[in-house]
This record gives sequence, C-alpha cells and structure tokens, in this order.
Amino acid sequence: MSEAINIHSGAAGHAVHHDDHGHGHPEQSFISKYIFSMDHKTIGKQFLITGIVWAIIGGLFSVLFRLQLGFPDQSFPILETFFGHWAKGGQIQPEFYYGLVTIHGTVLVFFVLTAGLSGTFANLLIPLQIGARDMASPFLNMLSYWFFFIASIIMLSSIFVHTGPASGGWTMYPPLSALRQAGDGQKIGTDLWLIAMALFIVSSLLGGLNYISTILNMRTKGMSMTRLPLPVWAMFFTAVLGVLSFPVLLSGAILLIFDRNLGTSFYLSDIVINGEILPNEGGSAILYQHLFWFLGHPEVYIILLPAMGMVSEILSVNARKPIFGYMAMLGSMFSIAVLAFLVWAHHMFVTGLNPFLGSVFVLLTLLIAVPSAIKVFNWLTTLWRGNIRFTPAALFAIGFVSLFISGGLTGIFLGNSTIDIHLHDTMFVVAHFHIVMGVASFFGMFAGVYHWFPKMFGRYLNNTLGYLHFWVTMVGAYLIFWPMHYQGLAGMPRRYLDKRGWVSFNQFADLDKMITVVSIIVFAVQLMFVFNFFYSIFKGRKVTSQNPWGANTLEWTTKIKPGHGNWDGEIPEVHRWPYDYAKDGREFIPQTEPVGANESKH
Amino acid sequence: MQTFFIVAILALGFLITFQIAKASEYVAVLRGYERSRLQSNRINGFLLLAFLVIGLVGVFYCNERLKGKILGVPASDHGVLVDRMLYVTLGITFFVFVLTQIGLFWFSYKYQEKENQKPFYFPHNNKLELIWTVIPAITLTVLVGFGIFYWFKITGTAPKNAMRVEVTGKQFGWEFRYPGKDGVLGKKYFKNVNPAANNPAGQIWDDPANYDDVFVEQEMHLVVNKPVQLVIGAKDVIHDVGLAHFRMKMDAVPGTPTTMWFTPTYTTRQMREKTGNPDFVYEISCDQMCGKGHWSMRGLIVVETQAEFDAWMASKKPQYLVANPGKDPAVKTDTLSAAAPVTGAVIR
Ligand code: HEM
Ligand SMILES: [Cu+2]
Ligand SMILES: [Cu+2]
Repeated sequence: MSEAINIHSGAAGHAVHHDDHGHGHPEQSFISKYIFSMDHKTIGKQFLITGIVWAIIGGLFSVLFRLQLGFPDQSFPILETFFGHWAKGGQIQPEFYYGLVTIHGTVLVFFVLTAGLSGTFANLLIPLQIGARDMASPFLNMLSYWFFFIASIIMLSSIFVHTGPASGGWTMYPPLSALRQAGDGQKIGTDLWLIAMALFIVSSLLGGLNYISTILNMRTKGMSMTRLPLPVWAMFFTAVLGVLSFPVLLSGAILLIFDRNLGTSFYLSDIVINGEILPNEGGSAILYQHLFWFLGHPEVYIILLPAMGMVSEILSVNARKPIFGYMAMLGSMFSIAVLAFLVWAHHMFVTGLNPFLGSVFVLLTLLIAVPSAIKVFNWLTTLWRGNIRFTPAALFAIGFVSLFISGGLTGIFLGNSTIDIHLHDTMFVVAHFHIVMGVASFFGMFAGVYHWFPKMFGRYLNNTLGYLHFWVTMVGAYLIFWPMHYQGLAGMPRRYLDKRGWVSFNQFADLDKMITVVSIIVFAVQLMFVFNFFYSIFKGRKVTSQNPWGANTLEWTTKIKPGHGNWDGEIPEVHRWPYDYAKDGREFIPQTEPVGANESKH
Repeated sequence: MQTFFIVAILALGFLITFQIAKASEYVAVLRGYERSRLQSNRINGFLLLAFLVIGLVGVFYCNERLKGKILGVPASDHGVLVDRMLYVTLGITFFVFVLTQIGLFWFSYKYQEKENQKPFYFPHNNKLELIWTVIPAITLTVLVGFGIFYWFKITGTAPKNAMRVEVTGKQFGWEFRYPGKDGVLGKKYFKNVNPAANNPAGQIWDDPANYDDVFVEQEMHLVVNKPVQLVIGAKDVIHDVGLAHFRMKMDAVPGTPTTMWFTPTYTTRQMREKTGNPDFVYEISCDQMCGKGHWSMRGLIVVETQAEFDAWMASKKPQYLVANPGKDPAVKTDTLSAAAPVTGAVIR
C-alpha cells in the first residue's frame, strides 16, 4: 500500500508536544488549555465528549421506554429502585414514559446530532481543511461551546425536578406545552426545556456565524471555493441553514414562554381544561407548528449534511478514487439547502391546512428527493471500480449510504399527502426518520470519529472493536426499524405506550419484544464503542505517520498532533482540488502539490 | 437477581471481547500490520456481500411474517384511493431500493482492495449525471401528479347529502354531536361549557338549531354508504381523529375547527366477517400527543344500516331537553310558560 504507512518516525509523537507553542503563544495553564480553550481542535473535542455523554443518556432512555413497549405486562423492580414513584411497582408510569420519550428526542436531535456532530467536526475540520490557524473568532467559538454546556446543564436538571421533565414530545406543541394544568410534565419541566433550548439556539448561532465567516474569509492561498473538500462545503450549508432557521424557532419558543408565564394568547384559544374555562381567545395553536417546522425541516438537513460531507470524503479516500461528480454534489447540497426552507408544511398535512397549499408542499417535498437521489448515485459510482479499503470509517460510510437509501425512499410515501393521511403520526414516521436521520447521521458521525480520531488524539481506535461495533449496529438498526414500518402501515399511532386495550393495534406483541431485545444489544455495543474511544485516547496504537490514510486534504499536512495554530511554519499553499486519487497512475496527489507540466486534465 | 445475572454476563462479555480485540491488535503488529489489514479487508468484503443477500432474504421473510397484520381492506371510498397510491409508491420505491442496495454492496464487494487492481480515475460524466437527474425527476412528477389528484378528491367539498357529525376531543376521550332533524349543528361557545348543567359541549340554548342536537360520548354511529362530514374540534389541547380502517385522519385543534369527509363502505358486521375477527370494531385513535392518557384515548364507531341508525337515533334525547327538562314534552306536557333557557348565553 501507500508509502505513507511505512514511514517510521518514532520520535515524532513526542517531539510534537514541545513545539506546541512554537509560534509564540505563551505557555498555557491547564484551564486555558483544556477547559476555557480557544483552540478549535480542543473545542471540537469538548463538543464531541459532551455529545457522547448525551448520547448515552438519550440511548439509555430509549432502552427504558423500549422495555415498556416490549414488555408492557412485566414488572422490573430494579426500575422502581432507581426511579421511585416514576416506576411504581416496577412499571414505567405514563408521565415518566412521555418524559423519557421527549428528552430522548430532544437531546438526540439537538444535543447529539446537531451540537455533537456539527460542533465536533465543523470545529475540527474547517480550519484544518481550509488551511487556517483557527476560527475567525476563537472567542465566540468558545462561547458557543459554553452556551451549549449551560443549556445541557439546564436540560439535565429538568430530569431531576419533582414533577419531572418536559413531556410534550420533542416538537413541544402548544396548547399542551403551554398549559400547566395539562399534566406534570407541563409544569417546571417545560420551562426548563424552553430555557435550555433558547440557550442552545444562541450557542448554535454563535457557532454557525463563526463557521460561515471562517470558510468565506480564512482559506489559505490557492484554496478557491471549488477546491474545498466536501465536508467543508457541507458544514457551510449546514451553518447557513442553522443561522437562517434557528431564530425562527427561538421566536416560537419565546412566544410560548409568554403564553405560559405572561398570560398572552399567541397559541391559545377556546380552551376548557380539567373543567376550568380559560380566558384566552383568538390565538392559533397552528402558528407554533409553522414556526417549529420552519426550523424543524431544515434541522433534519442540519443533522444530515455534515454526515453526507464526511461520508463523501471518507468514501473517496478509501475507494482510492475521486468522489464522482464533485460539482453535482455541490449543486445538490445547494438545492437541498434552498428547498429545505420550502417544505416545512409537509409535517402539517392533516392539521386542517388549506388543501391547495398542501399540494404545493407535496410538489416541493418530492422535488427535494431529486438531489438526494443524485447524491446516492454519485456515491455508488464513487465505489464503482475503486480499490476499496474497509476501514471501520469506510464501513460506516457504506452503511450510511444504505440507510440513507432506505429512509429516503420512505420519505416519498410521507411527502405524498394522500398517503400521509394514513401514515402521519404512526410508527411509520418513526421508522422513516430514525433510519434516514437518526441512524444514518450517527453512522456519518461514527465514520468521522474513526477516520479523524488519529488526527484528534494521535492514536488509533481499536479496529476489531470497530468492526464489531459496525456490524452489530448495522444489523441491529435494520432489525429495529425495518419492521416498524409495518406497525405504521397498520395505522398504529406513535407515542402509544401500551396497545393491549386496542383491537386494531395489538397484533404486534412479539415484534415489539424482538425490537426491545435488539435495542438493548445495540445499546450495549455503543457502550463498547465509548469504552474503545476513551481507552484509545490514552492507550490506543500510536499513529506513526503524518498521513495514515494516504489522503489529499490539508489536515494531514500538519504534525501528527498539531498544536495551537495547526502548522508550525507557513500555512501550505493549495494547487488543486482534493480528490486527485488514482490520477496518472499515482495513488494520491495531495492538494499541496503543484500541477505538473504534463499532468492530464479532466 | 435476574438483573444482576444479566449485568454480570454483559460485563463478562465485554471483558472477553475487549481482550480478544486487544490481542488481535498485538497479533497484527507481530504478523505485520499490512498483512492482517488485507485479511480483515477480505473478511469485511465478504460480510458486506453476505449482508446484502441475507438482508434481501430478510426483507422478504419480514414481509411474509407481517403482511397479514397490516392494512386489511380499506373501509371507505377514500381508503381505496389511499391504498392504491400506497401500493403504486411501494412498487416503484421497492424496485429502486433493490437496485441501489445491490449496487452499493456488490460494488463494495467486487472492488475491494486487491493487489494489481488499479482504481479508475473517473471524476465526472455529464451524460450519466443527466440520466440520474432526469429519471427520478420524471418518476417523482408522476407520483406527485397522482398524489395531488387523489388529494383533491379526498379533501374536496363533501357531497350535498352528507350527514354531519361534530367530533370533539378532550383529555382523554371523545364527544359527538349530531345535528338532529334540521341538519344544522347549533351554535356553541366554549365559555358555556358546563357538564354539571348538562351542557358539556357549550351549546347556546338561544339558538333554535340547538333544540334537536343530540350529544353522545365515546361511541359514534354512522350509516353505511352514506357520506359523512366530521366537524372536528378540541376542548383543551390538540388531539387527532385517527381512523385507521377508513384511512382517514384529521387534527382536532382547540379554537380552529377542521373538517373531513368520507363514505364508510362496510358495516361493522360486514367487517367482522371480512376480517374473520368476531371482536372487530372500528376504533378512533388519538394520533396527536395530548398528555399522559394519549395512548388510551380510544373512541368507537359503529357503522350500520340506515334503519339501525334511525332506531339508535330515536332512542336519544336532544341535549337541549336533557339540560332544560322544563322544555321536555315527555316530562311536562304543556307548560310553555317555563322561563327562558337557563344558561345566559353569549352569542359570538
Ligand atoms: C427523500 C426525502 C424526504 C422526504 C420526502 C421526507 C418527507 C417527510 C415527511 C412528509 C414527513 C412528515 C411525516 C408526517 O406526516 O408525520 C417526514 C418526517 C420526518 N422526516 Fe423526512 N423526508 C425526507 C428525508 C428526510 C431526511 C433526510 C431526514 C433527516 C435527516 C428526515 C427526517 C424526518 C423527521 C425527523 C421526521 C419526523 C417528524 C415528526 O416528529 O413527526 N426526513 N419526512
Ligand atoms: Cu420536513
Ligand atoms: Cu388525544
């Protein structure tokens, strides 16, 4: 294979540490180096580790409520030991169930797959791949993490209040979420949820603005926009989506805070609850849904685009072959970014939306499937006639494509309003978005972690555990979510914690058991990954070459463990696009290499 | 005890796996990293192919196991359209699914790293890219066309002869109001809601259209082959009238009434025969998260012949008379002198 792997520079690993501050930074204390750090690489790691903690919590919650779904008639005394009155008699109580579901959804969508994914890889990769010493504003970047951290603390604290966490679903629709009388979860838990989300949005805006200005202004010499690696482009579109849509959610959340605490009627009208007649008139509950989904749909692409970008890069590097259709990839990301703003009402086909408006949203929604299809075909062609190395990162990237296909195709059902009448708010939707957004983006994230771990920590993750992690997760994901479509086709509503009282939906007891058992296994394997992660930070096999994957992009021109400022001397100049693999009989040609006199053109 | 056992076994499994993983890394270092890397590459390549084959078989197996448990006959005219659209979409997407998954895993397997295999420098090809832009675009246009056509049929105005029923969701149950002989649902105002005074729907007793409106809870009766328009609302939070067998669904939003219409095509009795399930009932499921009882918010629909329906309706007393017994000819035959309606209603 590549000569790169055989370079043995035994001392390099240690030499690094001393040169860390080579370009004139004063010696840093532990706190400014690891805690209030302004180094984009450290901030990226902070996002990643916080994201991992949240993923464990969110995942654990899903195991708990899957226990209820799979074994509704069984008692688990251990639950009562841990959760007291929430699990009276070893059985998860409805309010607890809905609290678990809500926090599960919220933290996985926002805290893990938005902050944990974008926060980690935008921070790590943008400066390194465009050739910059750091972000445009390292200080705002640090603030972005700390806002996220405070948001996390508040969200976490809501789990421990007496009336429990918010339980209105991750979409937090009013009037349910606006009325304290509506249930325990609608009390202080919902206030904490709203405050945490508001802080989260601030964090995400600070981050996003920084990513955009860094990409636009701080590219190294020769790094034109069309020479940017695809992960950077993906982060760019992600940031633009976030900056334009998160403020709308913020306004929605603020109006909800007003309705809850100041007696306004933005979302409230004609309400009689628990025999109490409320004075509010003239508000619109549907208004909130428009505001929510105006963020909510772009949000799914905020989650997905970074994964797509990293998968493109990783597939190309490991197929030892250029990404197919670089410009088409850009074009489709661009049209996804534009269309993402024009499809939000497909989540609202059955809210009483004007049918004509509904039909416009059907058209726009199915339009967005075209760029998605283009991307899939381009990935397939990238693999075609390659020379593929199945590193764990490459496997997760392949798995990502498989899941994206499966989940994208079921989107065509839901985007068609006629079919959505039947499938809306059923388990079919749950299956769809878990596959296409949840699991697929997780696969993108895992691919990124396995691929760039050597850059982050100067060591490798254990491969055997990596393969095991991939295969169990891949098989498990399909076993869990594929049959769920059938429950949805039967019309089984989502967020039903016990179907035994129903004639129409009680035929899936065995299936639910199977799904629960597999979920537990998959969760255990994720814990194994977390173990591998932390173990390898300290004890993993050391990286001995600068460019272990034989990749073209700039991050592999830094030292094995780059210090603050990334490059010791000059920032390298870029002479070509990042995907010259297998060109003119050469395995790979780094971006820094000038174009040869008689190099072939494409 | 059992839990302890499971935890112990998991921990043990963990430890063993980890030791093996660790050992395999040492072996790799000893044997030469490159050699063991190539070996694991071959193994994973094979596994990808195996995953494809087993996965596709699994898809068919899953379908065999579960296809009898879904859908069933659509019990409304609109349901037939929804199912047709669904199966057309299923056909097309399944074809694409099989094609692309085979492509993905087969290419991965076939082009796994081999000595002397030279990857092909193939950065773009306009013709190919055009093809796979245009074909999906055309296919989707066809699907959109059909979809919108059906959508307008389903959401279009209800036929003139449709009966109207008001459906109201509340935490955690369903209320229904029939317009009575005049076919008009009387006015109501939420501040009039007062179950203690027998006015759970908040009807305005000044409105004569309310005199014959019938109020029932939890069970709605419909006439087979007669179009019905549901006027849907909610008292407290958003609910959703989910009718899986009719393939219909509409949110119930406080303050913003919605409607939907359809024609039930089989009576409950016919469905019992069709499904072979003597316990079959049409159920209303609340499909929008509405609080801790969301999962149990169940209503019933009885679809019957016109004669059965009329007999059922005749057994019901208009809510006006329940709330104002003074007006009830059956209770007090003549007195027209009784005071004006008890509740001081505000007309909006
Ligand atoms: C082929 C493209 C896609 C189409 C046509 C599509 C369509 C839809 C539609 C119409 C719904 C609403 C279903 C309902 O009525 O409840 C939906 C739900 C959802 N989709 Fe997609 N989608 C696509 C791709 C994606 C992607 C790429 C993601 C994520 C990255 C995603 C994430 C979600 C999520 C999270 C929901 C759940 C909403 C809820 O809580 O109800 N979708 N999708
Ligand atoms: Cu959407
Ligand atoms: Cu409900």
